[in-house]
Amino acid sequence: MSGAAAEPRARAAIFARLRAAPDVEPVAVPDVAGYYRNRAAPSGESRRERFVRNARSWRAEVIETTAGDWPAALDAVLDARNVRRLLAGRGTTIADTLAARLPAGRLRWYDAPLASFKPELFGAIDAGITTTLGAVAETGSLLLWPDAAEPRTLSLVQPLHIAVLHESGLHETLFDAMVGQGWAARMPSNALLVTGPSKTADIQRMLVYGAHGPRELVILLLRDGDAA
Amino acid sequence: MSAASLPQADARVSPEDFKQRSHESLHDAHLRQSFRGAMDFLVERRALQFPDLQAFNTLRKLGENVRQHALAQLPDLLERLEARLTELGVAVHWAETPADANRIFLDIARRHAATLMVKGKSMVSEEIGLNHEMAAHGVECIETDMGEYILQLDGDRPSHIIMPAIHKTKEDVAAIFHEHIDGAPLSDDVNELIAIGRRALREKFASAKIGVSGVNFMVAETGTLALVENEGNGRLCTSVPDVHVAITGLEKVVDRLEHVLPLYALLPKSATGQAVTTYLNLITGPRRAGEKDGPREMHLILLDNGRTQAYREARFRATLQCIRCGACMNHCPVYTRVGGLSYGTTYPGPIGAIISPHLMGLQSTRDLPTASSLCGACGDVCPVGIPIPDMLMKLREAGRHSVAESITPPAQALVGQGSVRRAGEVLAWRAWRVLYSHAALYRLFAWLAPRLRWLTPAWQGGWTASRAALKPAPRSLREQLARRRAGRTVPGR
Ligand code: SF4
Repeated sequence: MSGAAAEPRARAAIFARLRAAPDVEPVAVPDVAGYYRNRAAPSGESRRERFVRNARSWRAEVIETTAGDWPAALDAVLDARNVRRLLAGRGTTIADTLAARLPAGRLRWYDAPLASFKPELFGAIDAGITTTLGAVAETGSLLLWPDAAEPRTLSLVQPLHIAVLHESGLHETLFDAMVGQGWAARMPSNALLVTGPSKTADIQRMLVYGAHGPRELVILLLRDGDAA
Repeated sequence: MSAASLPQADARVSPEDFKQRSHESLHDAHLRQSFRGAMDFLVERRALQFPDLQAFNTLRKLGENVRQHALAQLPDLLERLEARLTELGVAVHWAETPADANRIFLDIARRHAATLMVKGKSMVSEEIGLNHEMAAHGVECIETDMGEYILQLDGDRPSHIIMPAIHKTKEDVAAIFHEHIDGAPLSDDVNELIAIGRRALREKFASAKIGVSGVNFMVAETGTLALVENEGNGRLCTSVPDVHVAITGLEKVVDRLEHVLPLYALLPKSATGQAVTTYLNLITGPRRAGEKDGPREMHLILLDNGRTQAYREARFRATLQCIRCGACMNHCPVYTRVGGLSYGTTYPGPIGAIISPHLMGLQSTRDLPTASSLCGACGDVCPVGIPIPDMLMKLREAGRHSVAESITPPAQALVGQGSVRRAGEVLAWRAWRVLYSHAALYRLFAWLAPRLRWLTPAWQGGWTASRAALKPAPRSLREQLARRRAGRTVPGR
């Protein structure tokens, strides 16, 4: 195996060249926190309003609902799009509600590893529903941390992705979320910032939604306070 | 029509033919129009994202700071990154040359008996000619970015690093799909074309054993690879196949996770005038215990290919700050007119002119640093503050002068240093130096030149290609002044 023998040599040669470079003047540690602190604070609308406005500007459909009403809102979304098979993860905060609400034929659990589930995943499912870790108001983006219950492909392969978001999970910036939730010490295998449905402008700069990922992104935004 | 007149490039075209190809492109009205339109569009969209120059400068300073801070400790960060990734179970590979990198890819493919790879957009994979090399060894490597896929089907090359297929019309794409994809109807509806591409590639995603991706930023602190995209193909390539191989240049590392934020705030705004992309995909190691998807095996290939040469010299190091946004191209009056394919390099435009000499040597790329009017637009828009015009000047100098002759001699020669040097020119400048440093000789020359002006040739190389020939004045200024003074009886005023 020529490659295996060559690699340690390549590594040593690369590091030798890098280490031989003359020192430059020390560079100050970037003050990212200071940058975000010093920016003018947004005003004129609530964080929720800002999130909704920005998310919609990226073609996400945002449905403002409540902790009590969201299952009905979901029904309406599924019916309007004629979704026959909805994929979801077991054991999440929305799983029990989904199980109670949806007929067994309409709900499919993401139970098996991808290798055995692939044909069905790529062929026979209309939509995926996930929880979210929160969202970013500044850009109208969702924060997703796919895991064992809600795999990466749950929000990726189907033409429709439905996300359940609690208003309390809204952060102003990605920086706030990242630092506030201490991401650096506990990065998952995959963390995502998702803004609108997938898209491309590769043909004559004309914007088309549903390039390789979801064509539609529906966000069920559960408002605080008016649950009761 | 436009496609036929473009340089068709399956194998590598060479930057040696830059002048010839630009000349041809300048006469292709269709190509010029499509480039102009696309560049105007991108310039306008970027401007909308940065309405406040001061706010832009503040953010840009931070972006520059992040990149310089990382480069100042590059070897240390790379060691930390490697250690972090190894802990996470990612195999880290080092490649000095494109051949090294391709060998590593092939070893991985062989080990998995893979005959198909799906690939997300990666300029570094273009740099090493991955598709071509894999095909030569019986491994099909499919581009999944829509633009890149169109070009691959057509055997063409990208003309822009962010919008690779901007030189293709929807009619071109319709014809390409119709010819190469089974059952694709001839449609010039863009929605339908994208749907055709999506369907064709779905099968590939589902069956490929290996997914290949580039990387936008690597984080030493966490071992995270950040990928920025709109289409979702990058997510599919890094989520569905059993093996994920990422390849990137070794300069792309930053120190801490939060350092990604200013760069991500700058990249899509500068590239396409979007505040954010659809996906920021942060990958930290392969699939973990209990997870149902994601790669079981993960590799990162770090490519040098001349980057350490740029690193070695303080005056070239800033080249490595680049985050590949393409803004310098979009704003370049030369690029806008000659188009990306003229350059014959993986990276065209101003960034191509300053990085390619390190990747390929100055010999073949010697014309690229001259493809600039030094208007400074590239440096003004660069989101990480690379002084591109300065670098162009330094590369021009390195092309014309050997180390010994340089005004500020570098510690070591660049590959191809002095390759623009021509004996005639060197001689002419030597003569000039002698004349201008010996008063008597100079006076004799100044007396003779006007009197022999009829001897000056009408053809003076590149100069007379678009300008009138240079001729000494009938009398030198000194002589004219002397004569006027002598002819005056009364001092002036
Ligand atoms: S040199 Fe600057 S403007 Fe050009 S691609 Fe790189 S980061 Fe963007």
